[in-house]
Amino acid sequence: MQVTSRAQAVAEAAVARAPARPRKRNFKSASVIVLFLLPSLVLYFVFIFYPVLQAIYYSLYRWSGLGNLTDFVGMGNYLTAFKSATFLSAFFHNLVILGLSLVFQLTLSLMLALVIGKTLPGRTFFRTIFFLPYILSEVVAGFIWMFIYEPNGGLLNGAFQHLIPGFQAQAWLGDPHMVLYSIFVAMTWKYFGLHLVLYVAAIQNIPDEVIEAARIDGASTFQVVRLISLPLLSSTIRLTIFLSALGSLQYFDLIWIMSGGGPVHASETMATYLYKSGFQSFQMGYGSAVGVIMILICFVFSIIYQRFIMRRDLAGSITSGADF
Amino acid sequence: MQLIQRQSRQSMTAPSRKPVQLGFRYLVCGIVAFFVLIPILTVIIGGFKTNGELSNAPFALPRIWHWDTYGGIILQSGFWLAIENSVVVTLATVGLLLLISCPTAFVLARIPFRGREMIFNLILFGLLFPVSMATLPLYITLRNLGLVNSLAGVILPQAAFALPTTILILRNFFRAIPQELEDATYIDGGSTVDFFWRILLPLARPSLAVVGMLAMVGSWNNFLLPLLVLNDSNLWTVPMGVMQFQGEHSTDWATTMAYITLTLIPAIIFYLFAERHLIAGLTAGAVKG
Repeated sequence: MQVTSRAQAVAEAAVARAPARPRKRNFKSASVIVLFLLPSLVLYFVFIFYPVLQAIYYSLYRWSGLGNLTDFVGMGNYLTAFKSATFLSAFFHNLVILGLSLVFQLTLSLMLALVIGKTLPGRTFFRTIFFLPYILSEVVAGFIWMFIYEPNGGLLNGAFQHLIPGFQAQAWLGDPHMVLYSIFVAMTWKYFGLHLVLYVAAIQNIPDEVIEAARIDGASTFQVVRLISLPLLSSTIRLTIFLSALGSLQYFDLIWIMSGGGPVHASETMATYLYKSGFQSFQMGYGSAVGVIMILICFVFSIIYQRFIMRRDLAGSITSGADF
Repeated sequence: MQLIQRQSRQSMTAPSRKPVQLGFRYLVCGIVAFFVLIPILTVIIGGFKTNGELSNAPFALPRIWHWDTYGGIILQSGFWLAIENSVVVTLATVGLLLLISCPTAFVLARIPFRGREMIFNLILFGLLFPVSMATLPLYITLRNLGLVNSLAGVILPQAAFALPTTILILRNFFRAIPQELEDATYIDGGSTVDFFWRILLPLARPSLAVVGMLAMVGSWNNFLLPLLVLNDSNLWTVPMGVMQFQGEHSTDWATTMAYITLTLIPAIIFYLFAERHLIAGLTAGAVKG
């Protein structure tokens, strides 16, 4: 459609002027395509694509990051990673964050979006508040929560001591059994607004008539939510699950700021483990192998998820052209 | 849940019951809003307290509002240097990003050619790779290019990693511009470039604002890249400055809070103006992705 009408226009314009025009225009349009694409592609290849390919190459060597790559170890780094209890527990922590995000973060956002609904007066006011943490920097959010969790005189211990007499002050970030959950609460505070905003936008698109009709048929609020809103939101829900899962598998910032992966690796994720092996123990080859494993996990997950779960939603996204 | 259900059913017959349901919805929103705002307010007010007040009466307002903590930070050159670096990095990132992504999105949206979808998919592929997975090889690449410890070493990768989302959003916006306008340009003897430059870009200004603001927030808040690239404290951006400041004053929470507040206020003001655009961008990027 687009192709034909444009071709027509070009043809008409050409006919209207000189017969020799089309070839020149073709040449010009090819150079426009190249010139317009080139800067983006160069930047993309140099800073995203090439480093990812390099990671695969480095991962086959034992390498401190300096000097030449001479110590070829083949799949050795990968085997080390899969035998490393620290890496496996880091991967497990990613899965814990993923599970908690799906169960708590998404549910909270979805229920809140349903409560706000289409009609609540003042809903933009609430949306402004709920979305605010999302735009704050991770460093700021991390320190705010470090103060809340501060063992001596922090906000949370203070609050519990007011409410429960004799409450023992807890080291929320210092206790290996609690640190991951403590950070997860901060993550929920920081990121639930994004999912909320997506759900609210999707709810705005539910036609009033559908809900009216159900109401006239005598449906209760609960039935309207269960039988109409949720099914109509399902493609957004599948999308937020996807975003949330990928984000959880790659997560770095708040963990690095609040606990650095500690104490004793209790909150280590694959990304913090990767960073440490590269820049603290100077095992660039090994760190690259960890990076490649992460990339593969995310890649396989996206392919499977999009093929089997998001198939109906979009003809688009990463695996095929994003026509919606 | 049962309660809401009953109330709403009654509201069908008796409109006077509606306020109960509305009240419940405000109650839920109010409680969540309380928990969202408390941490932020604690920090802003905490900057006015003494450390003693912070640990003994975390919920009380300060007895005397100590403006001097804030004053002390404003007089520090390190604070302004960090702001300046962040401004430079953010403006350069957004400028570069728009400069290169607009033409690319235009070609991918409106000029049919062989291999177009392949290039587009290749770029979308980048959505899967955040900086956190490519840190090590990216660092080596930057080192080989001599970009470590320079602002350009933050700006260029930042623009690169923002490309996939930006191009995706812009492409969708550019496609929505009516074909008739393009045809009219050609009939009037204009070229593809004329159409792009004189017709499409001016029309797409709102969408440029949307992606520009998204990139601005991303750049202003970015933590991992500056952490990776910038060693010299004279080059540190605001997140690095906050990190450093907290490290130096780890027991002095009141001063740290004042510092955080000073970086927080401009972000919140910007957010209040740009909220609509930011949300439009995020939903466009996600839903149509």
